[in-house]
Amino acid sequence: MTGTRVASAPPTVPAARVPRRRGAELALLVLAVLLCVYGYCAVGLARHGSVPPGAAGYGAGLGLLALLAHLAVRLRAPYADPLPLPIAVLLNGLGLVLIYRLDLETPHDEAAPAQLIWSTAGVALFITVVLLLRDHRLLQRYAYVSVVAALALMIVPIFFPAVNGARIWIRFGGLSIQPGEFAKVLLAVFFASYLAANRGALAGAGRTVLRFTRLHLPTGRVLGPVVAIWLLSVGVLVLERDLGTSLLFFGLFVTLLYVATGRTGWIAVGLLLAALGAYAVGSFEPHVHGRVQDWLDPFASIDAGAGPNQLAQSLFAFAAGGMLGAGLGSGHSILIGFAAKSDFILATAGEELGLAGLCAVFVLYALLVERGYRAGLDVRDPFGQLLAIGLATIIALQVFVIAGGVMGLIPLTGMAMPFLAQGGSSVVTNWIIVALLIRVSDSARGRLAAREGG
Amino acid sequence: MTRHIRHAAVLCALLLAALLVNAVRVQLVEAGSLETNPANRRVPIARFGQPRGDILVDGRPVTGSKDTGEQLRYERTYANGPLYAPVTGFASQVYGTSLLEEAEDGLLSGTDPMLAPLPLWNDLTRARSPGGEVRTTIRAAVQRAAFSGLGGKRGAVAALEPSTGKILALVSAPSYDPERLSGTGSAVADSWAELNRAREKPMLNRAIRRTYPPGSTFKVVTAAAALDSGTVTDLDAPTRSPDPYTLPGTRTRLTNEGDGCADASLRQAFQWSCNTVFAKLGVDTGLEPMVRTARNFGFNDADLRIPSAVARSNFDTSLDKAQLALSAIGQYDTRATPLQMAMVSAAVANGGSVRAPHLVDRTTTDDGDLVATTGQRTLRQAMHPATAMRLRELMTDVVEKGTGANAAIPGVVVGGKTGTAQHGVDNNGTPYAWFISWAQAPGDIEPSVAVAVVIEDAAADRGDISGGGSAAPIARAVMEAALKAAADADGGP
Repeated sequence: MTGTRVASAPPTVPAARVPRRRGAELALLVLAVLLCVYGYCAVGLARHGSVPPGAAGYGAGLGLLALLAHLAVRLRAPYADPLPLPIAVLLNGLGLVLIYRLDLETPHDEAAPAQLIWSTAGVALFITVVLLLRDHRLLQRYAYVSVVAALALMIVPIFFPAVNGARIWIRFGGLSIQPGEFAKVLLAVFFASYLAANRGALAGAGRTVLRFTRLHLPTGRVLGPVVAIWLLSVGVLVLERDLGTSLLFFGLFVTLLYVATGRTGWIAVGLLLAALGAYAVGSFEPHVHGRVQDWLDPFASIDAGAGPNQLAQSLFAFAAGGMLGAGLGSGHSILIGFAAKSDFILATAGEELGLAGLCAVFVLYALLVERGYRAGLDVRDPFGQLLAIGLATIIALQVFVIAGGVMGLIPLTGMAMPFLAQGGSSVVTNWIIVALLIRVSDSARGRLAAREGG
Repeated sequence: MTRHIRHAAVLCALLLAALLVNAVRVQLVEAGSLETNPANRRVPIARFGQPRGDILVDGRPVTGSKDTGEQLRYERTYANGPLYAPVTGFASQVYGTSLLEEAEDGLLSGTDPMLAPLPLWNDLTRARSPGGEVRTTIRAAVQRAAFSGLGGKRGAVAALEPSTGKILALVSAPSYDPERLSGTGSAVADSWAELNRAREKPMLNRAIRRTYPPGSTFKVVTAAAALDSGTVTDLDAPTRSPDPYTLPGTRTRLTNEGDGCADASLRQAFQWSCNTVFAKLGVDTGLEPMVRTARNFGFNDADLRIPSAVARSNFDTSLDKAQLALSAIGQYDTRATPLQMAMVSAAVANGGSVRAPHLVDRTTTDDGDLVATTGQRTLRQAMHPATAMRLRELMTDVVEKGTGANAAIPGVVVGGKTGTAQHGVDNNGTPYAWFISWAQAPGDIEPSVAVAVVIEDAAADRGDISGGGSAAPIARAVMEAALKAAADADGGP
């Protein structure tokens, strides 16, 4: 199995001519922008009975960003998948609407303008990546640069003061940056590159698990760097008390290891490690222990007379949404208080758009992840495959961890809902992820086109 | 590798499925219990998100709403809080509601489905109707007369329209301003603590929620039982009662405040409030007829609502003869709310028929469309109409010639009965002064107002025979105001 390198042509691609589908992308972009402007107007109508004065500007701005991104794709990635860009624009625009809506409750603490600037920066980086990175395989050369940079980015915030119990921010000149967000992409590049180069050895080593003693050394030698990187990143994150990101890196690592080697033994070892780590951290680290307790009984603080905690407030918000939601601008998710615009942004979507709207949002994420996996299946080179799978998995895990957390499915860990949540570093990083997915999908489908054409 | 990618994709699909199932759990399955969780602020936010409907007296609102701009946006205000507190109660963000604010809460807060333009409309649109209005039966002039009559003395007044059961005045003193409990600040918590701690219990609605021994005013009930059962047939025949009267089976000798009670007729005994005569009369009438008549007047009824619940007035159902003798003069375990004694007076005034007392005339939507009217209904026939006629005669005598002279109104037929109720260990507490009465304006075919007044701390003068001194003048002022209000209403536009 591990030797299978032939990526079968997807049945959706006609043999005669590979369509570029840029027109479909443009149409979807127009739809996405219109949906966002509609949401923006709905908030104003619900709150003040009039269309907000900034609606035209907001629509024009978002439309312009989408158009520029589209032109960049049309120019340099003509065969790219037409879905990721409209999905990203829609989610980003919806996030801006939700943050703007929550800003109305906190007139002295507006987050939407900054988020708009960060979104612009994100699209600018998207365009830069699409224009400058002609072939994703170039990244393979920078595997070790990536990992060093990733570690540096993760270590730097330790020297800055903790914010709300987590040392994951750098603050200077009024800007606060979460370097760990960028580290995600860099680590994905490193894992993909390293595993692509060593997967043969790793797959072989995997067999030795059964005969543990005799072939112990090669296993350690091959796996050593990877495990070391993983331990280091997890260690840094435990020091920074950012359990969510730690969980994300571990999930990414195990997934890519499995995809590269096909050895379920690694999964077993990985899950065992994860279980041990989770148990240890959950038992001994007070911050995380509290989160686990909250998850087990979200209403304990109410019974204790201390009022509902954030998770309980979040559940109240989702429940208030019901099937169809209260309508944009008509909910009370601001009761969640701190982090209502960032970690808990999904609660606002749940309350005001209802189960219907929430499922739509989940499906958008699922589509984005699916397109990433599609690109991974279609592209030929192992690095490209692992990179696409890695990036898509980052989105999938991130959505699961934070959405599951705020809805009481798993213990809550602070993490940004991709594109929706307030947080500049996160938005910029997600735009880079989409840009890389676009690049990989362009290679996958462009290769088919070249073969058909030649 | 393709196969492993597909496996990983399946894992992602499983994660998505878990999220979707969990979303259904939170947003649909458990939504009901989450929405009604007492810690969920959405319920009070919606509740106080619009102005509360008003309570009206004489067509004018005595309540209001103030936009605070805070999370719980609208606070209740009261135009004349202490005067109407025993009617309206309070509506607090923190401490809930009481009295009419509680009984009509659904209508006032806009959740009453009857306010919706169409059935299930609000369920579909997730909207809330504007709060409706509650029009009370209270007459402002009567209420004011009762309130200023009590003048802060601990006590209560209840006034009824005998023919309909409309409550014209409901006053309890000392009172409080319910507006102090509106809002959320620490001042509200302080007010709440202070009002609850106060020795005089200003938040207690003495007119409907407190029972007192009715003392001699209960002799109306005893007389009705005696006349209805045929124990007495002639008001002017001697009753062969000794003075003092030794309670059956004991050596306790019951005496009177005044003389002339030995062997007095029922008319004389009623006029001078002879304890000896009525104690013996109760025993002669017997337990079963006494209990039946008391029950028909409204005693032992725990379910009376006006629409707020009224405390149960008590007449014991199993008594020995000595206890029955004391119970028949409104002592022992006999207890009554001021409203109950007003009902007794009203029954006499209304030919023996007890009309259901009620505070709400009708409810409307915010723009005046009728939601509901309180139907006038008869609770029970307390006594034979002929008995009622004879009791009217007896009560008129009390005011014209007896202990109730202070209630007399020139040119008006007034009937009344005084009462002094001993209480406390060995009866050493300050006696409660009672007066119950009714008044019939000249030219009217029947009395148009019935009143009960009780004063807890009547000047500690036991010589003041049975409430005639302190309670009767208040009753007179209330009756005068009621007669004038009725005349104005008839003659007015």
